[in-house]
Amino acid sequence: MARAVSPRRKLLTTLAAWFVACLIFFPVFWMILTSFKTEASAVASPPELLGADWTLENYVEVWSRSDYPRFFWNSVVISVGSTLLGLAIAIPSAWAMAFVPGKRTKDLLMWMLSTKMMPAVAVMIPIYLLFQQLGLFDTKIGLILALMLMNLPIIIWMLYTYFKEIPGEILEAARMDGASLWNEILYVLTPMAIPGIASTMLLNVILAWNEAFWTITLTTTKAAPLSAFIASFSAPQGLFYAKLSAASAMAIMPILILGWFSQKQLVRGLTFGAVK
Amino acid sequence: MGKIQLRQVRKSFGDVHVIPGLDLDIEDGEFVVFVGPSGCGKSTLLRLIAGLEDTTSGVIDIDGKDATNLPPAKRGLAMVFQSYALYPHMTVRKNIAFPLKMAGMDQAEQDKRVERAAKVLNLANYLDRRPGQLSGGQRQRVAIGRAIVREPAAFLFDEPLSNLDAALRVGMRQEISELHQSLKTTMIYVTHDQVEAMTMADKIVVLNAGNIEQVGSPLTLYHNPKNVFVAGFIGSPRMNLIEGPEAAKHNAHTIGIRPEHITVGDGPWEGVVGLSEHLGSDSFIKVDVAGLGIINVRGAGELNVHHGDRIKLAPAGKIHRFDANGLALA
Repeated sequence: MARAVSPRRKLLTTLAAWFVACLIFFPVFWMILTSFKTEASAVASPPELLGADWTLENYVEVWSRSDYPRFFWNSVVISVGSTLLGLAIAIPSAWAMAFVPGKRTKDLLMWMLSTKMMPAVAVMIPIYLLFQQLGLFDTKIGLILALMLMNLPIIIWMLYTYFKEIPGEILEAARMDGASLWNEILYVLTPMAIPGIASTMLLNVILAWNEAFWTITLTTTKAAPLSAFIASFSAPQGLFYAKLSAASAMAIMPILILGWFSQKQLVRGLTFGAVK
Repeated sequence: MGKIQLRQVRKSFGDVHVIPGLDLDIEDGEFVVFVGPSGCGKSTLLRLIAGLEDTTSGVIDIDGKDATNLPPAKRGLAMVFQSYALYPHMTVRKNIAFPLKMAGMDQAEQDKRVERAAKVLNLANYLDRRPGQLSGGQRQRVAIGRAIVREPAAFLFDEPLSNLDAALRVGMRQEISELHQSLKTTMIYVTHDQVEAMTMADKIVVLNAGNIEQVGSPLTLYHNPKNVFVAGFIGSPRMNLIEGPEAAKHNAHTIGIRPEHITVGDGPWEGVVGLSEHLGSDSFIKVDVAGLGIINVRGAGELNVHHGDRIKLAPAGKIHRFDANGLALA
């Protein structure tokens, strides 16, 4: 039976939800606002809102001072590439864990997740050296590999959860129907898990796009994505908040738009299995 | 061809011996039903034949060839699952054609076979629908369609009707029997419903704790059960099994009397009616008889006996005798 909710309670929870949403969105909103202010207005104290000097100058300067399209393209290649490579490895792995689990499968899953708890800085030096030795430093393929490995536990965990929802009998039916292992994964499992795979893909593109630590550490110029583009605006001469905000806004805008249009899919994907 | 032989087939899951060692011959074209209580190993046995489970030891021969280590697809068998196991993202047409596509058959031949199966199973109007848009009975037909297009050596059915309602179950039961009549292909059917077993089978295999208790035609099992387990399992309502002095009178440890072999009216046993069910054609009553326990009686539809009545009963028909080990006495 549905629980009755009084209009007063509904109003209060709605207001609370709006308050939290505004609180979360405020830094992004303020950053976008700052990107349209002059440098003087941006650092004014108390902060200026209505009386600020508005300008598009920051965007013009950021665009002319740096090669935005190249950074953007690097971001696209690295985030999409690492996600696709991750999926190619994770789909068979998650299949094995979900449908032919061994005695230690649960432990393996926990161990994979535990690697996400390790501070990245702890392995920075070995990975940096390794990348230099292998000639992967400042290459897109190097970053694709690094980000793929970083996000692989999340991809496998998400897919494992989706695959567990698919009845094993359907895969057995495919086996009886003569499907080889790859045909079973290709024609039966993957199409049935498309919503889950799509959510996993979206989330990982976003994670890879937003990753800053490794992308800044492992690149200099050639393979640098938008996170490095933002960092390049924190000049040694001092912080130029308005320009930094404009650069940040340009860096996050593509992924913000992607997230906005796919939010239904993302929310469904992230709560899949939790609410049934 | 669809001759299947099992030789000393064993299956263990860790320390649990689900099937401790079993021999069975299934002749070409036979309709064999595996029946037994929950957990008796009947589904496991079917999955061993299908190749979905590996045998711990023993040999499974299909048409004279050792198939023990062959993968499911290479055994030439088709299976219909309890949950139908249809591919939800494919249309009925694609579901039925899937095994043909996997076999690399050309499109024209695929279409021809799908159309033919759809006609036999009354699915011609639903070929472009997805399984989610079909009723339970239609889904089951699609599952059968997917099995028949391959023209397998044998069909395996794993409790295929247990998700259907009672009326549909009777209809589908007849359809499967008719399909067997027309295809004349070996069918192995697993069920816990002994009415399905009795009505469909050429040969029933009664399983208990992974062992075969008896193999035979439905009427052989009904009239000549080899032991107390089969006597109690086959037949509805259940056979009355009586021990003690009453059995001793017949030089047996246990005697068994079918409910229809007891008459109401006059007789040596007197008791109080507990439950009485009047179905119109038959009446099923349970009578608490002092010294014997609850006795099941099957009487005529118009039997005028109700809860609380004191009545007399008499055995009037075959009395089955069993020794202390539960085995039938001659």
